[in-house]
Amino acid sequence: MTSPLNHLPSAKEVGTYDPDTLASNFSDLHPPLTHRQAMIESQRCLYCFDAPCVEACPSEIDIPSFIRQISENNINGAAETILEANILGGSCARVCPTEILCERSCVRNHDAECQPVLIGLLQRHATDHMQFEGHPFKRAASTGRHVAVVGAGPAGLSCAHRLAMLGHQVSIFEAEQKPGGLNEYGIARYKMTDDFARKEVEFLLDIGGIDIQYGQRLGDNLELATLHKQYDSVFLGLGLGASRALGLTGEDAPGLMPAVDYIKTLRQTDDLGSLAVAKRCIVIGAGNTAIDMATQMARLGASEVTLVYRRGVEAMSATDHEQEIAKANGVRMITWAQPDDILLDSQGRVAGMRFAKTREQAGQLTATGETFEIAADAIFKAIGQGFDSASLSDATAAELARDGERIQVDDMLHTSLPNVYAGGDCVKPGQDLTVQAVQHGKLAAHAIHQALAAKQEAA
Amino acid sequence: MKTSPSTPLSFPGKKNSGDSVVNGVDLSVNFAGIKAPNPFWLASAPPTDKAYNVVRAYEAGWGGVVWKTLGEEPPAVNVSSRYSAHYGKNREVIGFNNIELITDRSLEINLKEITQVKKDWPDRALIVSIMVPCNEEAWAYILPLVEATGADGIELNLGCPHGMPERGMGAAVGQNPDLIEKVTYWCKKHYSKPVIVKLTPNITDIRVGAQAALRGGADAVSLINTINSITSIDLDNMVAKPTVGHQSTHGGYCGSAVKPIAMNMVAEIARDPATPTLPISGIGGISCWRDAAEFIALGAGSVQVCTAAMLNGFRIVEEMKDGLSRWMAEKGYDSIEAFSRKAIPQTTDWKHLDINFKTIAQIDQDLCIECGRCYIACEDTSHQSIAKLTEQDGTRRYEVIEEECVGCNLCQITCPVENCITMVPQETGQPFLAWDNDPRNPFRVAS
Repeated sequence: MTSPLNHLPSAKEVGTYDPDTLASNFSDLHPPLTHRQAMIESQRCLYCFDAPCVEACPSEIDIPSFIRQISENNINGAAETILEANILGGSCARVCPTEILCERSCVRNHDAECQPVLIGLLQRHATDHMQFEGHPFKRAASTGRHVAVVGAGPAGLSCAHRLAMLGHQVSIFEAEQKPGGLNEYGIARYKMTDDFARKEVEFLLDIGGIDIQYGQRLGDNLELATLHKQYDSVFLGLGLGASRALGLTGEDAPGLMPAVDYIKTLRQTDDLGSLAVAKRCIVIGAGNTAIDMATQMARLGASEVTLVYRRGVEAMSATDHEQEIAKANGVRMITWAQPDDILLDSQGRVAGMRFAKTREQAGQLTATGETFEIAADAIFKAIGQGFDSASLSDATAAELARDGERIQVDDMLHTSLPNVYAGGDCVKPGQDLTVQAVQHGKLAAHAIHQALAAKQEAA
Repeated sequence: MKTSPSTPLSFPGKKNSGDSVVNGVDLSVNFAGIKAPNPFWLASAPPTDKAYNVVRAYEAGWGGVVWKTLGEEPPAVNVSSRYSAHYGKNREVIGFNNIELITDRSLEINLKEITQVKKDWPDRALIVSIMVPCNEEAWAYILPLVEATGADGIELNLGCPHGMPERGMGAAVGQNPDLIEKVTYWCKKHYSKPVIVKLTPNITDIRVGAQAALRGGADAVSLINTINSITSIDLDNMVAKPTVGHQSTHGGYCGSAVKPIAMNMVAEIARDPATPTLPISGIGGISCWRDAAEFIALGAGSVQVCTAAMLNGFRIVEEMKDGLSRWMAEKGYDSIEAFSRKAIPQTTDWKHLDINFKTIAQIDQDLCIECGRCYIACEDTSHQSIAKLTEQDGTRRYEVIEEECVGCNLCQITCPVENCITMVPQETGQPFLAWDNDPRNPFRVAS
């Protein structure tokens, strides 16, 4: 997938880092807590009543309880508390922006201490060190119902696991060749080390009653109409499959590609040295993907990485913490500038980009008329993901009510079609957070279960 | 092994010196005739087992030492695996337990070392702890030997709760007031210097032991000895700690956890009309200057420390002296005596408390971190007198329902923020009324 960069040298050829350094550049960004550190940190938790951190957790993990269990050295108990609310608690511990969720609301942020309990790292400690004989959750007696789940990302996996727990049979249809969704393909490599995404899915599937069929893409070799007919219920956890376009000429020039495509390759490679590296590169965007892209390119050995955003720092969706990571890796950040023209060399390859300076006027972003150029060997666009409209092209899928481009759902994650539910990034209330996708999947599973049970009673 | 003292690195003004004046305050004590440059003594225990340790303690600045208990020949034999602890969550030692016996070194060596140390350190208190069988001959034999060392006094170990009682000594004597009196009497008869009787807390009324000691002629009492204890069980092997082979036994409990028990017992004796002036050496969980000041305020004339030194080394005495002297200077106390027993008049029986006193909780909303601990504690286990409110912006607000609050202090205790919850005495307009005189008391005393 890095073919647009085939003309660029590899990390090994660029030679900024020797193989060992390269490997350590992509090891754990935040090393896990030692047992002792976890014991000390867990003692800092005040065991709040109606704790603000729980209210801030999209997946409603009982944080004070699991931390108390850690402090009593009851690691399996802590892990079970986490996993019963969030079966992907291990990956959420790694990728959650805790600084704007649980840790931001920790009461220890107040006054003199100004330092929250390290909830994310404690959650990781519990899920890293749990040791169960078999799967911690048992399946209810079989209901004889069979549910189709589209997408083996966090939303789909969470939904499938909960459905299996409730006694249903689940078939997952996944477009890629591996499960995990963004955990497997989209998150920065140093946030998800040691093949954790795969191991976590393996653990999740241990509950039984779930099968996954790979290479099954809705709108390509899979139709919602068929699933709707063949299964008792359908859950759509499609994600946002399409990278947005800049809308400039030369967008298909060698040297320009979506950041998510590069990260996907980076996540899958066994040989970091073989990855194409742009010594000078530009990343366009202001989200966590832009930060991940810029930071990883710097860690691969690029000497000049510039992140450009059309608005001010305060409007960036990447958290302060993420921005600090980028800065610490030498990423230069330019704000109030938008892409104006892709500059090409004589062979038609990316040579840089011209930017138009912007400002906000009466709430509207406008170009000031001033421009500037940045020379670069590659441009990575991380300006957001859009809905892959092809996925909902069959006759039944086309009937789904939409809210903007995303799928419209009610509070129960129910779409406008009977027996069809959806969750995660593909639905309107989505916040593009793994933890929220997990919650959607879990809630949808309960909604599906209730609906199926009601049907049973009526029959 | 090194037994001779190294050169004392003592000079005026040095923190670990034996100077009685620290930060301009005189810390010296004259405890039942035993003089020491400060009230901080090491209790009879492993840290005072031999000259090497005792000299290090004096070098560090301790005002006195009670030498680990001497006994009859042949010396006691100890087991391997002797201590265990009751831990807090962060591995801080809350309580400490030991099954060690009295000295396992020969009487001759101990006496020789005591003689030398006293000679080298004349300004420091050196008291010898003794435990021999309950017959006059045994005491008549050992006391002249101890007297000959030049030590300042003796402390009778009538409280050791483990091992020795099985041999009819230690707590077996201390739990019998008649024996306390008798042994004390023998000691006064065969020894000319001050006799301190160390009391065991493993009884129902500590005053009985103190009164018996006084009847026997004791110059002072010291308390508490350790409390019978089992600190923890190894749940894999179903055996208590410390584990000796595959077994265990109860030990003696000490350390911070016993301080409240010890302080009550000290106060009981200090306010007992039968022992109003009996000097008390306070022992039990003293680990900082504040603990020492509290014991002294309740009637202690000196304090003895063991566990805190065993966990941290002798250097802790520096902070104890420094902190105590600074506090005394701040309060205008120019000697230990000046605040000794100061808290006793205010320590009384329940029946004398003012039944009309009323205090209620007040929450400082600026300091509140909204953890909800006060709310759930009051709601679940007390008087439902804290309301949980939600502000428009979603922040929580906890308010005391004053009519419901009985002033129990629980919310203040569970609040993690210092000074966030204060208990505020209320103006009730009602006179002082003790339960003795309360009309609601069916057994009231007419006032």
